[in-house]
Amino acid sequence: MLEQLDVSQLNWARAQFALTAMYHWIFVPLTLGLSFLLAFFETLYVKTGNEQWKRITKFWMKLFGINFAIGVATGIIMEFEFGTNWSNYSWMVGDIFGAPLAAEGIFAFFLETTFFAVMFFGWNRVSKNFHLLSTWLVAIGSNLSALWILVANGWMQHPVGMAFNPDNARFEMQNFWEVLFSPVAMSHFVHTTSSGFLLSCLFIVTVCSWYLLKGRHVEMAKKSLAVACTFGIISAAFVGFTGDESAYVAAQVQPMKLAAMEGLWDGEINADLVALGIVNPAKKPGDDQDAFQIEVKIPYLLSLLANREFGSFVPGVNDLVYGNPEQGVMGAEEKIVLGKQAIHQLALYKKAQENNDDVVAAAALAAFSEHQDYLGYGYLNSAEETVPNVPLVFYSFHMMVVLGTLFPVLFAAILFFLYKKNLGEQKWFLRLGVLSVFLGYVASQSGWVVAEVGRQPWAIQGLLPVSIARTNLTTTTVQMTFFMFLIIFTTLLIAEVRIMTKQIQNGPEGE
Amino acid sequence: MGSLDLSQLQHLWWLLVSVVGALFVFLTFVQGGQGLLLTIARTDTEKSLVVNSLGKKWELTFTTLVLFGGAFFAAFPLFYSTSFGGAYWVWMLILFTFIVQAVSYEYRRKPDNFLGAKTYEVFLFINGTVGVLLIGAAVGTFFTGSNFSLSEYNFVTWEHPGRGIEAAFSLFNLSFGIFMVFLARVLGALYLNNNIEHEVLIERTRDAAFKNLLLLLPFLLYVLYRLLVMDGYAVDPATGVVSLEKGKYLSNLLAMPINGLGFLLVGLVLVVWGVVATRFMASRKGIWFAGLGTVLVVLAVFSIAGYNNTAFYPSKFDLQSSLTIGNASSSHYTLATMSYIALAIPFVLAYVWYVWSLLDKRKLTEADLFVEGSDEKY
Repeated sequence: MLEQLDVSQLNWARAQFALTAMYHWIFVPLTLGLSFLLAFFETLYVKTGNEQWKRITKFWMKLFGINFAIGVATGIIMEFEFGTNWSNYSWMVGDIFGAPLAAEGIFAFFLETTFFAVMFFGWNRVSKNFHLLSTWLVAIGSNLSALWILVANGWMQHPVGMAFNPDNARFEMQNFWEVLFSPVAMSHFVHTTSSGFLLSCLFIVTVCSWYLLKGRHVEMAKKSLAVACTFGIISAAFVGFTGDESAYVAAQVQPMKLAAMEGLWDGEINADLVALGIVNPAKKPGDDQDAFQIEVKIPYLLSLLANREFGSFVPGVNDLVYGNPEQGVMGAEEKIVLGKQAIHQLALYKKAQENNDDVVAAAALAAFSEHQDYLGYGYLNSAEETVPNVPLVFYSFHMMVVLGTLFPVLFAAILFFLYKKNLGEQKWFLRLGVLSVFLGYVASQSGWVVAEVGRQPWAIQGLLPVSIARTNLTTTTVQMTFFMFLIIFTTLLIAEVRIMTKQIQNGPEGE
Repeated sequence: MGSLDLSQLQHLWWLLVSVVGALFVFLTFVQGGQGLLLTIARTDTEKSLVVNSLGKKWELTFTTLVLFGGAFFAAFPLFYSTSFGGAYWVWMLILFTFIVQAVSYEYRRKPDNFLGAKTYEVFLFINGTVGVLLIGAAVGTFFTGSNFSLSEYNFVTWEHPGRGIEAAFSLFNLSFGIFMVFLARVLGALYLNNNIEHEVLIERTRDAAFKNLLLLLPFLLYVLYRLLVMDGYAVDPATGVVSLEKGKYLSNLLAMPINGLGFLLVGLVLVVWGVVATRFMASRKGIWFAGLGTVLVVLAVFSIAGYNNTAFYPSKFDLQSSLTIGNASSSHYTLATMSYIALAIPFVLAYVWYVWSLLDKRKLTEADLFVEGSDEKY
């Protein structure tokens, strides 16, 4: 379809999308989680009538509002960038991707926006209960919008419920429910939203630890912490369970991603799990170099986690690139051959249609149908292109897991000290608490690196590589917009952080 | 829904996209108000009143724009991929003006806001003028056409180095854009006139609505005149072949006496009436007439652009690459599925309406800005 590929343009387009997505993801998790925390705080206010809960709600709401505005600003770019920078992709998947996006707009955005206004402007204009309902609806609306966009993302990771239409060269939806309830979509949704909850709890831990270290707003800080840490522990449990589920699903539908996450180059029966390690950055597919410079392994665990069965085979990068007939693994090399046949037959079909030659068209279509599952592979030049950046994915994955394990311990310890009524005395621990949201961000952003870098080179797994998905733009054009985004987002981020810090320094009104 | 045929669903979705587009244009009263901020509000208090009044609604406008984009993506993905990917710069610039708008209300008055209140006000002004103008110019290309071609796989190649910016250099598109800027200002003035209880501001918004209506007229007349006489992009329903037809949009207007000519005329009269009633009869309800009028005008514009066998996103570079509601749409299954989802729209409109009538029951006054625990956060 595109004869010449400008690799540097592709990389800039990817960089621009990554930049936008990573900036967006600084603000979204806080929106997802803080919205529920606000609902908890306000519920406590309405139930107990204690004015301090109202002050607590209003304080966190102010920070929520500051964060929300910039989340919206980065969000609009995300939506339109599919069209501006990935227009071929937009055409090819619009029939599927569009429906969740429309649902997101209709169901979630207006819920969020409308009741957001009540939440902020309605304290003196609507009843207490209606206000509380609005706060809950903002939380539900925010998280519903995450549902639909993650359904779309889940579909890209594991395309289901659709068929390729050779007449207009696009994928068309056949079953909405299959798209909505795809196992990847569901595990992504719960994993992502609960990780957002967790991060918001860490945000509260950071702010309140700072207050306690300074000896300011002590009561408010303790109350906030009690709620946030309880929510944090529950969220961490969800993050853990769905993280396991995500890895399991990846093993089934994106085995290359799992191999990269684990730095597994040669598949094994009873594969070990690398708990910690330093990967060999020079390692390439098919060579004999060691995969790791240092590694700490847990025997057999990877087979159990990937297939939920001891003694099972987990394919490595080399199996997936070159094939392993013994284990029934078809390699990318073979898929590329089949994919090229599919492309060839598709071109024949189009030509025959132009010439009104029904017989040739039917034969070409039949031949195309046989290999269409490998269509995307036909656009690759070498099997090695199917390997993502293994060190980046490996480190990101391990960083996420290690930190993800640490956070529930942190929450539990805070609750323990609160129970013992001596949290304020644990100076060293509170200093760690101040750092916690930054660690949370490292974990959270790493998660997206695993999900998105881990599936390269695919825009749609196995069907559409990013090189075909992109818009036909010059490198200079994309570079210009990349730097425009970089400058504007960084400027706004600085403004946001300064405003937020100032508000935190000021503390809740009337305290 | 499933029993509707593909063409009916395409017509239905063009209507839905038009409705969202029309509501968006009505809601650009926020942008219009932002454009007026620096002229009608002279003291800090006046400024705060205007910003707080608009600040409650900006997200609604913003969300409607996002839905408009989403609905186009969902229902007419070939437009989404062709226009956004092709006319890259015009969309990028529009988006930039909305990025800076999104933070400005929240950050303008906050201490330590890095850029200073004035910068955020300039951001609001840019969004209210450049943003609206470019959107207008982009919509203008529905009639004047763009420079693109589509491959056999429907991949777009933009055939002009301006990558969309060239749209703003056509007199028709530019006039359309300027018309939209002044229309937004008319609506902004009428909205503020309705929403704020402040003698000086009521007087100034009354004048501003009238002045901006006068400024709007030459551009409106030029756009209307051109629409009536220009060649249009007609599509042959049997073969799908696109050709230039003399007076196509005039014949579309006449072919659709209700949603074409009728909506256009009634809409324009309502806009004018909204302003006249405000200016000369001291009415405070002008926004409702002008708002409804705006919705009708936009529906008429979309009707003549997309219905009656017309290419709504024509290519003047390669006529046969032009997009019609027939060749740019999603599949029957997807359109039908989304139609079920769209059944929620009246419900959404109802709760949006209910909530706003609740919040706006009492007009915004100077006293609201200074009470303890005030809701007025901007």
